[in-house]
Amino acid sequence: MTAALQAVGLSRRFGGLLAVSDVSLELSVGELHAVIGPNGAGKSTLVNLLAGEIPPTSGSVRIDGQDVTGWSAWRIARCGIGRSFQRTNLMPDMTVLENARLAVPARHLWRRLRPNHPSMANARSALARVGLADLTDRIAATLSHGQLRQLEIGVALALQPKVLLLDEPLAGMGPEESEAFAGLLRELAQDHAVLLVEHDMDVVFSVAHRMTVMLDGRVLARGAPDEIRASPAVRDAYLGHDV
Amino acid sequence: MQLAGLFAQVLNGLQYGLLLFLISSGLTLIFGVMRVINLAHGSLFMIGAYLAYALAGITGSLWLALPAAVAGGALFGAALEYTLFRRFREREHLDQVLLTFALILLFEEARSALVDNQFHSVAIPAMLDFSVRVTADFAYSAYRIAVLGICLGVAALMFIGVERTRVGSAIRAAAENAEMVDLLGIDARRLHTLVFAVGTALAMLAGALAAPLQSVYPGMGDGFLIISFVVVVIGGLGSIAGAFWAALLIGLIDTLGQAYVPQAAGTAIYVLMAAVLLFRPAGLFAKG
Amino acid sequence: MRCATLRGNLLLAVAALVVACMPFYASPYHMQLASIAMIAAMFALSLQLLVGGAGMVSLAQAAFFGLGAYTVYLLGRTLGRPPSILVSLPASAAVAGIAAALIGPFALRTRGFFFLMTTLAFGQMLFFVFHDTPIGGGADGVFIQRPDLGFALTRASRTPVFLLTDLAVLAAMYAALWWLMHTLFGSVLLGIRANEDRMRAMGHNVTRVKLAAFVIAGALAGIAGHMAALNDAFVNPELLGWHRSAEALLIVLLGGIGALHGPILGAFAYTLIGEFGRSITERQRLVEGLVILAAVLLLRRGLAGLRFAR
Repeated sequence: MTAALQAVGLSRRFGGLLAVSDVSLELSVGELHAVIGPNGAGKSTLVNLLAGEIPPTSGSVRIDGQDVTGWSAWRIARCGIGRSFQRTNLMPDMTVLENARLAVPARHLWRRLRPNHPSMANARSALARVGLADLTDRIAATLSHGQLRQLEIGVALALQPKVLLLDEPLAGMGPEESEAFAGLLRELAQDHAVLLVEHDMDVVFSVAHRMTVMLDGRVLARGAPDEIRASPAVRDAYLGHDV
Repeated sequence: MQLAGLFAQVLNGLQYGLLLFLISSGLTLIFGVMRVINLAHGSLFMIGAYLAYALAGITGSLWLALPAAVAGGALFGAALEYTLFRRFREREHLDQVLLTFALILLFEEARSALVDNQFHSVAIPAMLDFSVRVTADFAYSAYRIAVLGICLGVAALMFIGVERTRVGSAIRAAAENAEMVDLLGIDARRLHTLVFAVGTALAMLAGALAAPLQSVYPGMGDGFLIISFVVVVIGGLGSIAGAFWAALLIGLIDTLGQAYVPQAAGTAIYVLMAAVLLFRPAGLFAKG
Repeated sequence: MRCATLRGNLLLAVAALVVACMPFYASPYHMQLASIAMIAAMFALSLQLLVGGAGMVSLAQAAFFGLGAYTVYLLGRTLGRPPSILVSLPASAAVAGIAAALIGPFALRTRGFFFLMTTLAFGQMLFFVFHDTPIGGGADGVFIQRPDLGFALTRASRTPVFLLTDLAVLAAMYAALWWLMHTLFGSVLLGIRANEDRMRAMGHNVTRVKLAAFVIAGALAGIAGHMAALNDAFVNPELLGWHRSAEALLIVLLGGIGALHGPILGAFAYTLIGEFGRSITERQRLVEGLVILAAVLLLRRGLAGLRFAR
C-alpha cells in the first residue's frame, strides 16, 4: 500500500541556515504522527514544505504515490492536504460558515450561493465535526480563542482532505479545552492521515501512534510514544526529566 | 550608422540614466524604508526644474540653483514627511495613492498660479556653454559632461552613505525588516525624515540639472515618475545598486531606441519590464 | 463587499426612475450631467470589482476605459460607416478584456505596491501607444462616428436617448456585478481580499481568480469607455491616462470601498462637486485636490457607509 503522504530526504535552506535537513516521513490514513522538538527545530518549516507553502531545497514529496515536489500550495491542497496554522489565520470579518465554505474545492464558481449550493453541505458537516454546528452564523472575529482553534481545523476539514497537517492546534488553550481537543484529534485520525506538531506533551503522548523528535532541523529519534519516552537521547536533548 | 553619432547617443543615454537614478533612488529608498508610495515624486522633480528656471531668471545663472535645489529639497522633504507622510505610513495603499495624487494636483495648481502654463527654456551656464572636442569629428556638450560628473559624484556619495555608515546600515535593515531598525538603536522617525529629505533633495536636484537640457513645462514630472517606477520594478524595491544599474539600462534603451527605432522606443522599456516580471519578479538585481 | 439590501436596491431603483424621467422635467444640460455621472459610475464600478472585491488597487483601469472608447473609433474607421451598437459594445468589451488578459498575467506576478507600479506602467504604455503613434488618430484626439442605435436621431432627441441608454447599461452592469458577488466566485474574491495566503492553502488558484477579476473589470471598463465615446463623439489619449484611474479610485473611495453601490453614489457626488467647483473657481485641480484630501482624511467609509447597506 502506498502512503497517503511520503517525504524523502526533505531539506530546506534559508540563506546560511539549514532549517530542515534530510527529513523523511510516511503517513497513512488512520495514523496520527506527532512531530515534537524545541522551538526552532524546524517543525513549522517541515509543515510548510509538506503543504507546498515553500519549495524544498532538495528532497521530494509524494501524495498517494504521485510526485508533487515543487507544486504550489493550492494544487497540493486540492490533492487532499488540509492544513491548520500555528497562528489563527482566517477571514475575521466573515461568518464561521463562510470561512468553512471557502475551503471547499472551487467548483460551481458561477452559481448563486443559496443554502443548497454544493459547497454548503460540506462546510456544515466539517463544522459539525469540530463542534461549531451552533455557531455557523457568528462572525469569526467574535469567537473565543478556543473556538477559533476549532474553526482553524474545521476549515482544513472542509476541504475533505485525506491528510491533515496540524501546526500547534492547541496553542494558547487551557487544560480542559485541551482534553476535549485530544478527543477530537483521536477521532480525526480514524479516517485521516494526521501530522500533528504540538508542544502539549500530555496530549501528544496520549493521542500519537508514532512520533518524530526534531532537533536543529534533523530527525533525532522516531518511534512509538513509549520508545520516545524511554529514549535517553530525547530526554537529554529535549524532554528533560519531567515526563 | 555613424560611429560618432552612436557615441553621442550612448553618452546621452548614460546621462539620462543617471538623472533617472537620482529620481528613482529616492523613490526606492523612501519605499524601502518607510513603505510609502509617493506618486508626487515626479512633481518634486518638476519643482526642482522650476526652481532652477526661477533662480536662473533672477541671478542670470544656474549655479545658485543647484545648491538651492538640494538645500531647499531637503528642507521641503523634511517638512512634507513631518507634516504629511508620517501620517500616511499606516494607511492603506489606496489612501496613499490618493493623498499623493492630491499633492500632484495641488503642486501643479501652485505651479500654474506662481509661474504660468507655458514652456520655458533655461540657459546653459555660460561657463559650460561650449563643446568638448573628443576626437577629430566628434564633440560633446560640456554641460552634459558636467551633469554626468555631478550625477556620478552623487551616486558615489549614496553608495558610501548606504554601504559604509551606521545610518546606511539602518536603511538597509529597514528595507529588509522594519522592526530591525529599533534593534540597531536608531530612532525610526528621524530616519524617515532623513530618508524623505534626501529623496526629495535628489529629485529636485535632478530637476534643476535637467532644466537646461529640456524645456520646463507643466506636467513634466509625470513622464519621469512612470519611468522611475519601471526602474524601481526592474531594479528591485529598496535596492540602491539595483536602481543604479536599472536606471542606466533604461536610460540607454530609451535613448538609443528613440534615435534608431523610434516606432518601438515607446514600448521597449515596458516590454523589458514585462520580461523582468516574468523571470525575476523580485527585480533583476535582487539577491537570490 | 457589502451589497445593498432589498430596501437599498429599491431606493436605487427609485433613483433610476427619477433619472429615467429626466426628459420630462430636466434641461438638456442637466441630462448631460447625469450621463457624465453614469459613465463615471460604470467606470468606477469596474474598478470596485478589483478594489472592493479582491483588494487590488490598479492604476491601469483608465487604459481599458480608453481602449473601449478607441474601439468605437477604430471600428468606424475600418467599416467606413458607423458601427451598430450591437457590434461596437461587445467589441469594446472584448478589446479591453483581451488587453487586460494580456497585461494581467504580468501584473499579477506582483502584489501590493509592486502591483500598483506595474499597472501604472502598463497603463501608461497603452497611453503612449495612442499618444505617440498614428494608430488612434494622434495626440490631440479625433472626432468619431457615433455607434448606430438602430434609429435616426435628431439634435433634440439625442440627449434624452443617450441618457436612457447610459441608464440601461449602468443598470445592467450593476445587476451583473450584484449577481457576480453573490456567486461562489464573489465570495472567493472577498476571501482573497481578506487573506490571500489562507485562500491558497484552501486549494484556490488565487492568481487565476484574480486574473478573472482583472479581465472582467477590464471588459466592464471598456464598456464604460464605449458609452463615453457614444456620448462625446470624441476620443483622445487622455482617456487612457493614469490620472483618470486615480479619479476613479477617488470615486470608489468617495462612495465607499466596501459597498457595491458605492461607486454610483460616489460618481454622482463627484460630478456634482466638480460642477460646483467649476462655478466658483477656474482652478479645477485645487478643488479636486481638496476633495481628495477631505475624502481620505474625513470620509473613511464613504457615502455608502452612511446608509442603505447592512
